[in-house]
Amino acid sequence: MSRHGQAPRTLVALSGVTALVAVTPLAYLLIRVLDAGPEKITSSLLRSRTLTTTVTSIELVVVVVAACLVIGVPVAWLLARARLPLKGLWIVLAALPLAMPSYVAAYAWIAEFPAMSGFWAAALILTLVSMPYVIIPTTAALRSIDPAMEEVARSLGRKPWSAFWFAAMPQAWPAAAAGSLLVGLYVLSDFGAVALFRVDAFTRVIYTSYRASFDRTSAAVLAVVLVLLAAILIYAERRVRGRTARWRTGSGSARRATEVDLTSRQRLMAILALTGLAILGLGVPTFSLLRRLSEGARRPLDLVELATATANSFGVSLLGSLLAVGLALSVGVLAARYRTRSSRALEAVAYSGHALPGVVVGLSLVSLTLIVRPAMYQTVAALALAYAVLFLPKSIGATRTSVAMVPPVLEQTARTLGRGPLQAWLETTFRLSLPGIAAGGLLVLLTAMKELPATLMLRPTGLDTLATELWSRTEIAAYGAAAPYALTLIAVAAIPAWLLTRATDRASRSADGDTEAPARPPLSTVGA
Amino acid sequence: MSCFRITATLAAAVLALAACSGGQSATSESAGASAGAPQILTVYSGRSEELIAPLFAQFTEETGIELAARYGDSAELAAQLVEEGDASPAAVFFSQDAGALGAVDAAGLLAPLPAGAADAVPPDYRAPNGHWTGVTGRGRVIAYDGEQLTATEVPTSVFDLTDPAWKDQVGIAPTNASFQSFVTAMRLTTGDTATKAWLEGLVANGVKKYEKNGLILDAVDTGQIKLGLVNHYYWYEKAAEVGPENMRAQVAFTAPADPGTFVNVAGVGILSGAANNPAAQQFVSWLLSPSAQQWFVENTYEYALVPGVAQAEGLPALDSLRGPDVPLAELADLPGTLMMLQDVGLL
Repeated sequence: MSRHGQAPRTLVALSGVTALVAVTPLAYLLIRVLDAGPEKITSSLLRSRTLTTTVTSIELVVVVVAACLVIGVPVAWLLARARLPLKGLWIVLAALPLAMPSYVAAYAWIAEFPAMSGFWAAALILTLVSMPYVIIPTTAALRSIDPAMEEVARSLGRKPWSAFWFAAMPQAWPAAAAGSLLVGLYVLSDFGAVALFRVDAFTRVIYTSYRASFDRTSAAVLAVVLVLLAAILIYAERRVRGRTARWRTGSGSARRATEVDLTSRQRLMAILALTGLAILGLGVPTFSLLRRLSEGARRPLDLVELATATANSFGVSLLGSLLAVGLALSVGVLAARYRTRSSRALEAVAYSGHALPGVVVGLSLVSLTLIVRPAMYQTVAALALAYAVLFLPKSIGATRTSVAMVPPVLEQTARTLGRGPLQAWLETTFRLSLPGIAAGGLLVLLTAMKELPATLMLRPTGLDTLATELWSRTEIAAYGAAAPYALTLIAVAAIPAWLLTRATDRASRSADGDTEAPARPPLSTVGA
Repeated sequence: MSCFRITATLAAAVLALAACSGGQSATSESAGASAGAPQILTVYSGRSEELIAPLFAQFTEETGIELAARYGDSAELAAQLVEEGDASPAAVFFSQDAGALGAVDAAGLLAPLPAGAADAVPPDYRAPNGHWTGVTGRGRVIAYDGEQLTATEVPTSVFDLTDPAWKDQVGIAPTNASFQSFVTAMRLTTGDTATKAWLEGLVANGVKKYEKNGLILDAVDTGQIKLGLVNHYYWYEKAAEVGPENMRAQVAFTAPADPGTFVNVAGVGILSGAANNPAAQQFVSWLLSPSAQQWFVENTYEYALVPGVAQAEGLPALDSLRGPDVPLAELADLPGTLMMLQDVGLL
């Protein structure tokens, strides 16, 4: 149930600002493409290599998304519904691969298994690294679903599994779909893993155009293809998400579903599966990095340098994350409450740049800051803005979903009790959706710490993050020197990953026995 | 909400920290703008921080000029410089290869070097219009698996690499600037037809493509492939890291007249915005001074381009490595090379 009335003008104006910021990379691409002229455009696009690499990228997306769903949804069910020992540990382990950048995971695996290469190796690493995008939101959604519907289905004669699949799962599909959208966009834009495993994916063609031929125009033309592919993914996710409401509209109390007991054999298999996933996603890369660490380096580790880089990584990413959450707020609220064509369009625009490789966004922001405000060029502010632009969709999705979970009736009630519009909103909707919004912010924080190409271009000269320090060492194959930075990056990024799971846990636990208000909105679709 | 409170406190603490570090870089840059304060020169360096930072520190020690160095990939820095245009804060571009310098020069962003500054460098290794000069030389070599091959079994010509004996055993880095410069030089010396036939022969022989030279060396070092085309100093750098006795891979130079025996350069140019900046000019001259050249020989194992400086042990003399003369500035037809690489399916 959403309002189709007129959205308040300030809200639309604020969303417009956000969309304007988000559209910068696209505007940059458009200008470069227009520079190119029709001949160059057609010659870049119609080359047979463009077609084959596009197909490879699409195949990679399909395989990774399918794998994430096929493995991730059952794992989410185990974490949400099954009675397992050390449940908290499994949830954290399932989320931790988010802390691992794809290039670190890839290089760590290659160090252990040098023969690894090709499409399936890249698919494996990308799946392991992006599975949390599906697992976390689906787990949260499953945990918070009211069991009443399933019980009704059981009472009407369905078996337990069938009742789950047809009554409960449809409520969790939007969460899984939103997670898969992020996975798909991530796979499209990833360069690190596909380069190390020597897969001829589309990003490689773009990077080659930039690095090898210094040709910004043909690279821009190719980047537009990525935007089109992203648009297709966004549309597909919209269709799956549908227009269903997310909160209870009837009377009665919301409850958490009871946990399912497993036979000891089933429990053993579940634990083995979860352990296997943790070993592949975390154990192997960490072990490999530790081994490189012990092999030594030419220069001894400078702890001050490491500490500075860590502080910088955390600080700039935090600024970026706060900016992203701030910008996303207006769009998220607009999309949740006022489902008009224009609000959907604004949302789509904000998502569209998400498939672009970091180098495109970096260059577009170089242009933007130099045109709009040269004094801001190569400052911390510009870098925070870059992170906000790059990772806006993660925050928008989380905001939209958590706001959608809160029925508008609460805000309306506060208004009738005499509160002003903004105050009513702050005290009801905002407070209740804050955990979800904060989760989106944590996700942005996490991803910003791993970001590399835009950081290299936009950071103030002399400011290093863990990602840039790691990169400069792997560039000259100083793997022993790179290992401490890689390990620190994973350790530091693990903190927000862990906080994410704690917040999810707390939000769904507090949904017990509350008869006055609906269940507190869970951190479902963290990535939606 | 306690989670929120914790995050809020953390945020406040870190914001303070970030403001501090941001403030530091701000003050250092504004200090550079004021005349009497210690000079700060902004350098865009395509050379890695790990390698070059000690050299920069030495420059500051000797001259008192502070260097604000921005590290990145040479090609991406070139793209960034072109994007920045006249508004670029950079004074000097120290590139890992000549192609990136040529691209920035082609965009009209490099100023002529001071007269006589680069005279010591042989004309083949600097731009004829005097806009940039090479600083060190980088030779192409064949890295080979020392456990499976002896030195005599390694081919002495790149043309031998298309031999069926080396099927699936050769690695190249077609996206790498050094490889592309080498192919361009090969086109100039042996002609387009022969070069294209050789590339096609490589592809038919199952050549393996890697993203970077370092990865090729790793592959040879772990026995994945038997031969790889890399730059000479990669071996020396890795040996310095893990110890030469632990290196399974070894390197061999091809015959002097072979196209595979090609020398590229890392070079430097002054941006037009800093055309009359004495600090920039001093930096360029200093890089070509005997002490700096000696530093390169000892630390990066590259070739010193200024005559009179002893080369690293075990390396053949620089003069012997040049095949038929190919002035680097003539390697401007990079787009042609890229098209050829794309046509044969390597790019």
